[in-house]
Amino acid sequence: MNFILVAIGGFVGSILRFYISIKLNKRLIGTWIANISGSVLMAFSIFFYSIHVLNESHWLFLGVGLCGSYTTFSTFGNEALQLILNNNMKAAIRYIISTLFISILVIISILVLLGYKF
Amino acid sequence: MSARLINWKVYLAVGIGGMIGAVGRYSISLLFDNRFLFPVETLIANFIGCFLLSFILNSVWIKKRIPQEISTGLTAGVIGAFTTFSTFAVETVTLSYHHLFLSFCYVFISIIGGLILCYLGYRLANKRQENI
Repeated sequence: MNFILVAIGGFVGSILRFYISIKLNKRLIGTWIANISGSVLMAFSIFFYSIHVLNESHWLFLGVGLCGSYTTFSTFGNEALQLILNNNMKAAIRYIISTLFISILVIISILVLLGYKF
Repeated sequence: MSARLINWKVYLAVGIGGMIGAVGRYSISLLFDNRFLFPVETLIANFIGCFLLSFILNSVWIKKRIPQEISTGLTAGVIGAFTTFSTFAVETVTLSYHHLFLSFCYVFISIIGGLILCYLGYRLANKRQENI
């Protein structure tokens, strides 16, 4: 059952990410938006899971399956590498740092404001 | 075949690929079972995914032989879902609360290691091209 919940989450999350990258027609900004918005959803999921509003099944679907698949590390890394190989080091660093800082800052803000017990 | 139908097929391929990728990532996380302070399961999934995605995207051999729906299902679906950014980011934040230094190491190793593995995948794909 656990595997099925993760799989359904993965189905929905991957299609959502793919849809965004197609609609925006620019892969870089699509991945950027998916990774940051997915991190926001992940922060909420882990908080509500920690206070038992979400049970294990909800978490497997939403956190592990959907958020996990909606966001991606491999495309993020490959896009950064492409920028580096195209001698666009500044853009690569800007892309990496902005994704990292914004997502981590937003997660910290959400968890601290909601009173997450670390 | 109409463009709309092809489109529908690509979305389905990405969705099914995503199911496989997510289950693969979940299986790896079960193998490690929180025995380490460091979130190794996410790191391993992200490293494997970076290498494979880079190899597939840069390989002319694969581009020539595998239909577009399948290769998109494999890249945007399987590998995209297998690797994760949100888990990585949340783990960094929760880790930083008790082990600030360790969380910096986690970010550094993930980013630099991910880039190196992407580069190795890229090199391997180009090497194969020279031989064909």
